[in-house]
Amino acid sequence: MSKPLRRSMLFVPGNNPALIVDAPVFLPDSIILDLEDAVTVNQKDAARELVVHALRTLDFGSCEVCVRINGRHTPFFTDDVRTLVPARPHALRLAMVESAEDIVCLDELLGRCESEAGLPVGAIKIMAAIETAKGVVNAPSISLASPRLVAMSFGAEDFTNSIQSERTPQGQELLFARTAVVLAARAAGIDPIDTVFSLVDDDTGFRADVRVAKQLGFAGKSCVHPRQIALVHDVFRPTPEEVHRAERVLAAYTKALQQGTGVIAVDGRMVDGPIVTKAQRIVDIANSSKNSQNWRAQ
Amino acid sequence: MMVVNKVGRIVPSFVENLGEFQPYAGLFATPPTGNHYAPPIRRYPGTGKKLLASLRDAILASGLKSGMTISFHHHFRNGDMLVNMVVEEIAALGLKDITLAPSSLQSIHQALIPHIRSGVISAITTSGLRGELADVLTRESLLKSPVVIRSHGGRARAIAAGELKIDVAFLGASAADVYGNMNGIHGPAACGSLGYAMVDAQYADCVIGVTDNIVPYPALPISISQTQVDFVVQVDKIGDPKGIMTGATRLTRDPLELHIAAQAMRVIEASGYFREGLSFQAGTGGASLAVAKFLKERMMDTGIRGGFCTGGSTGYICDMLQEGYFSAILDTQCFDLAAVESLRTNPRHVEMSASFYANIHGKACTAHITDIMMLGATEIDTAFNVNVLTGSDGIMMGASGGHSDTAAGTKLRLVTAPLIRGRFPIVVDNVHTVVTPGECIDVLVTERGIAVNSTQPALQERLNEAGIMTVSIEELQWRAEKLTGKPEPLAQSEDIVALVEYRDGTLIDVVRRVL
Repeated sequence: MSKPLRRSMLFVPGNNPALIVDAPVFLPDSIILDLEDAVTVNQKDAARELVVHALRTLDFGSCEVCVRINGRHTPFFTDDVRTLVPARPHALRLAMVESAEDIVCLDELLGRCESEAGLPVGAIKIMAAIETAKGVVNAPSISLASPRLVAMSFGAEDFTNSIQSERTPQGQELLFARTAVVLAARAAGIDPIDTVFSLVDDDTGFRADVRVAKQLGFAGKSCVHPRQIALVHDVFRPTPEEVHRAERVLAAYTKALQQGTGVIAVDGRMVDGPIVTKAQRIVDIANSSKNSQNWRAQ
Repeated sequence: MMVVNKVGRIVPSFVENLGEFQPYAGLFATPPTGNHYAPPIRRYPGTGKKLLASLRDAILASGLKSGMTISFHHHFRNGDMLVNMVVEEIAALGLKDITLAPSSLQSIHQALIPHIRSGVISAITTSGLRGELADVLTRESLLKSPVVIRSHGGRARAIAAGELKIDVAFLGASAADVYGNMNGIHGPAACGSLGYAMVDAQYADCVIGVTDNIVPYPALPISISQTQVDFVVQVDKIGDPKGIMTGATRLTRDPLELHIAAQAMRVIEASGYFREGLSFQAGTGGASLAVAKFLKERMMDTGIRGGFCTGGSTGYICDMLQEGYFSAILDTQCFDLAAVESLRTNPRHVEMSASFYANIHGKACTAHITDIMMLGATEIDTAFNVNVLTGSDGIMMGASGGHSDTAAGTKLRLVTAPLIRGRFPIVVDNVHTVVTPGECIDVLVTERGIAVNSTQPALQERLNEAGIMTVSIEELQWRAEKLTGKPEPLAQSEDIVALVEYRDGTLIDVVRRVL
């Protein structure tokens, strides 16, 4: 079975029932019910209860459902984890991760809560949100801190604060950090997820930003508005030519395996392990796009 | 006596003060009879000058008496001042028992409530009702007979057939000359097309043109002609521009509505009707208007160009005309000032009467030759019957409009609606009020799934071939009720407060008094 796609991860405020109910309609690959920045301090408890109720009662279809929890050093961290585990989200995205210890701490707490809830230990995955200079520097060790870790996301707003800079449309201030997160995540075999693009009305700017993210090696992008989802999928969708070639590579590879032949070539180009892996990824993404209900995805 | 009609609704065969009615029997099942109505021949002064000093003078000159019927158009929408002004004057003259027969009524007409209570107005026929007036007329039996709800085409038919005989039509115009030529294109109260008023002008016994903008003869373009107008009156102000229309209708940015519109476009493309020369009627609601955006994108991608657009017009559709995506707009009403400007300047954008648009018994109507129609719904039931008149509380809050007219004749009839509105599912076992029968609805497009009417196997097959996932309408109902629960039945009395006529004059449903 192919690995789940995480091209689009839609943030939904954890205190907004209407948006939570509607989120799966837009068919993001992942939904992130947010208990952190979207929720004010005096609404944390209510939002947590609402998210638990939503996890238990709503049908999110084929979407991966995660919850962004408050950072390890906040007073909400433990309650977030303890309350959410019995409702069994697919994953928790931990905000403001700066060290491997943050992930280890969450991993251990999750293990205890899973046992108490009668769930298999390791059932709930972790996504690490890298949002500070310290987090970027420690990204390689963070990415290896737990077998639960499935993705590492980058958050530009807090990051630019931490390096005492400002976000620009060109984004040079983010280049090193974005690349560092991609390298660490890819080296660990987990998905790197790019930062949000806050100008929800700027489709052109958003599309350009997604193209850069794809080129840098990100597996997907965090989204703050449903309209961004189709645009992300559009950029990440392989072209028909790419899909055609990938299918021929896989067919040639399968035939070679069956016939026990050695080195093979397609269109005069040698096909080896990385080429086959890349071809499989292209076909997986294309198949996933076919299943999308968005008309642009057809 | 009550009878069951073809959509299973129990309707009266006779209503006191209104006479006999036939039950709805099918889209084109009930043949017309009789002749077209004609107004009386009168002698007019040789000079042709018809300008009178005041509304009161015009009412007196018209010969209006207690028990007669007066009509208006609703092109001024919620900025309309004329209906309230005229009824005030009629009340001041001591007239009673008047039947009010506008093409539609808006929230601003709540000022009529005291005149209904006092008996000045004793009967109403309209396409729709809104606001407090609608609330009062659904909760109380104040009139001597139920309100008669007619579609735009149904009203045109009833007037032409003499079933709805109009004694005096008060037709507002944003520009008029003293001989009675009028339009809605120029002047401070510009409202665009006067399509609904054209039928009244043709058939009313007496036509009074009312304007706040007398212009030199001839008032061009001539939407309503001097040959149809008996008197002209100038008033200070005929409408509030703010309530008449906005500058340009903005396309929705609501992601849910855009999502529904995108799905609807997929259905259109798969249906086979997205082809060279296609004709199209956009709705005015968020999702249905947004379909135009996706239609334009696909026309841009494919090079396909449309024929005519019909119904009402918005700036967005007018831009598509200007840019060559469509070749003509046939317009009963303008929804924004951008559309008025287009009507003023683009010779391919023309007005049409409600009869031209949708009269089932006219010699031709545009609604019967249109390819694609976007429809709304306040409710739709598992037999695809649609309600656009009453809300989830049973109170009248909308209008029949051109819904049933266009659904009967258009080739592809799509209802777009959010599956859940407020706390209520849009798909129900039985709609509270049937306005449009399910037999002429092809497909329901919601954000949570698409359902094709089982009476349309060819369309279902085309969507299957295109890889568009569909579900049964019962599945959509289940999906909605999973989130909302099943609504409790409404508490209503046996009293009938409104009759819903199908476009051919048969009764398709009634509205009962809400308790």
